[in-house]
Amino acid sequence: MAAVVASVSKTPTRTRRRLGIPIGWGFVTPFLVFFVIAILAPVVYAIYLSLFREQIVGGSGFVGFDNYVRAFTDPEFWAGVGRVIAFMIVQVPIMLAFSLIAALAIDSGRLRAPGFYRILLFLPYAVPGVVAVLIWGFIYGPRFGLVGSINNFLGAQIFTPLTPDWVLASIANISVWEFAGYNMVIFYAALRTVPSELYEAASLDGAGPLRTVMSIKLPALRGALVITTIFSIIGSFQLFNEPNLLKPIAPNAITSNFTPNLYAYTLSFAGQQYNYSATIAIVMGLITAIIAYVVQLRGTRKELA
Amino acid sequence: MRATPIERRRSRLVPRSSISLTILMVVLVLYTLVPLAYLVINSTKSQDDFFTSFGLSFGSSFNLFQNIGEVFSYNDGIYSRWFLNTIFYVVVSAGGATILAALAGYGIAKFRFRGRNAVFAVVLGAVAIPGTALALPTFLLFSSIGLVNTPWAIIIPSLVSPFGLYLMWTYATDAVPSEILEAARIDGAGEFRTFFTVSLRLLAPGLVTVLLFSIVTTWNNYFLPLIMLSDPKLYPLTLGLAQWNAQSTGTNADPIQNLIITGSLIAIIPLIAVFLFLQRYWQSGLAAGSVK
Repeated sequence: MAAVVASVSKTPTRTRRRLGIPIGWGFVTPFLVFFVIAILAPVVYAIYLSLFREQIVGGSGFVGFDNYVRAFTDPEFWAGVGRVIAFMIVQVPIMLAFSLIAALAIDSGRLRAPGFYRILLFLPYAVPGVVAVLIWGFIYGPRFGLVGSINNFLGAQIFTPLTPDWVLASIANISVWEFAGYNMVIFYAALRTVPSELYEAASLDGAGPLRTVMSIKLPALRGALVITTIFSIIGSFQLFNEPNLLKPIAPNAITSNFTPNLYAYTLSFAGQQYNYSATIAIVMGLITAIIAYVVQLRGTRKELA
Repeated sequence: MRATPIERRRSRLVPRSSISLTILMVVLVLYTLVPLAYLVINSTKSQDDFFTSFGLSFGSSFNLFQNIGEVFSYNDGIYSRWFLNTIFYVVVSAGGATILAALAGYGIAKFRFRGRNAVFAVVLGAVAIPGTALALPTFLLFSSIGLVNTPWAIIIPSLVSPFGLYLMWTYATDAVPSEILEAARIDGAGEFRTFFTVSLRLLAPGLVTVLLFSIVTTWNNYFLPLIMLSDPKLYPLTLGLAQWNAQSTGTNADPIQNLIITGSLIAIIPLIAVFLFLQRYWQSGLAAGSVK
């Protein structure tokens, strides 16, 4: 996205109102007002909160970086971080592979009615995350769900998606289902921008389908891959809806610190520990930003090489 | 600008269709459709059938219309209330977010003013800030100024769409020729008048795209309402369905799985319809946002 910032100064007009206030500000200000209220102020307020602590007597006192020290040595917090990292390592590659293969297949011109596949695969994106988790929760249900029926048929508890061993994989499956189609559309859109002359040249050079994929299509997808990877990583670190909604049916498998977001939520709403909760939110935001930045750097460096 | 999807080059390099690719895609489509089929099939079952029949087969009776009736009458018709709340939140938030993003994106694309690059950089930096990371700090801030448990707590955060601004900026840069603005200026039209009478029409396809994604975000919002709202009368559908689900398990359970499933089905139909009708826009919109 750095390239975008650089290219912003493209020939707009410089116009001034009589008062001397540039007219451009008139257009930008309404957005900025809400931007400040809904994004800047909460971030600043969270940083402020993270530097204080509720005292037993007399309100809250300034404690400097004590909350951060506590976060960095809090095993419950790091257990959640470990879990979302494990989730990310498994879920993101599977989902993006699904999306990539589907996009390449639809773009290959070797399917009948490619638009049909594109729309069907995209459908889950229109399903609210809550509904997706509820449906999968029913499917996973050991007593009355689809999995329960299959186990009954087999006469043994073969599939146990809601046990502590499997629940993370079960959540990963829900996320793949929700977002693979969305990423597929992004990849497909990127493939559509490849000029047809490139394919003609490749076929004149005798390049087969596989060679075309490796030498033309994958390089064309690099930008889209970087962006989808970054957003998938961010999504993994922010994991909340799925575990929180599966909690009622998997109370033993999903603990209150299952993911960092769930932990911060529990701290705020069950523990009233607002200061520490704000600290966790900030630390997670920082970790996410660093990882997203590293991915972007690596992605663009490859582009230069 | 990629407003219209590019459907070219099909004719030239098209070999015969591939059976292995088709099989692969059918498998992916089945995986995608099974949960939706499960939802449709089970919305036709009574609560008893739901527990006794196989998940992907129909029950002994066809109960769909009875379920729909019950969804809307259960608990004094709270579901209708949630549905209307969702529509209200979506119209105000998505409509507002689109207008704000259009004004600002257009302003940055078409005017040169001091601080413009700074504004753009700050807003773009916020594109990557996930909603869930902001929700908790926003809750803490809003509760200190008494905004929680009001519709504003849902609407205000949803009015800001950095991604929408980015889309509108890319769109406005190409779709509104500076010569037209010059001509309007020579005619003595004010900049805002020009925007509303001339530019807005040229921006229409971009506006629909931003609107569409704002609608999805607001319609599907769960975390923000969850932490902001405590009064069930203010809930959107997502939160209401989650509450029904929570009350269906546990010790004092009031199991209403048939209502959760039928209610979920009703909740997803509007968005699926919107996506099917506005295909052109989400496909090109995603392209504009990601190909760069």
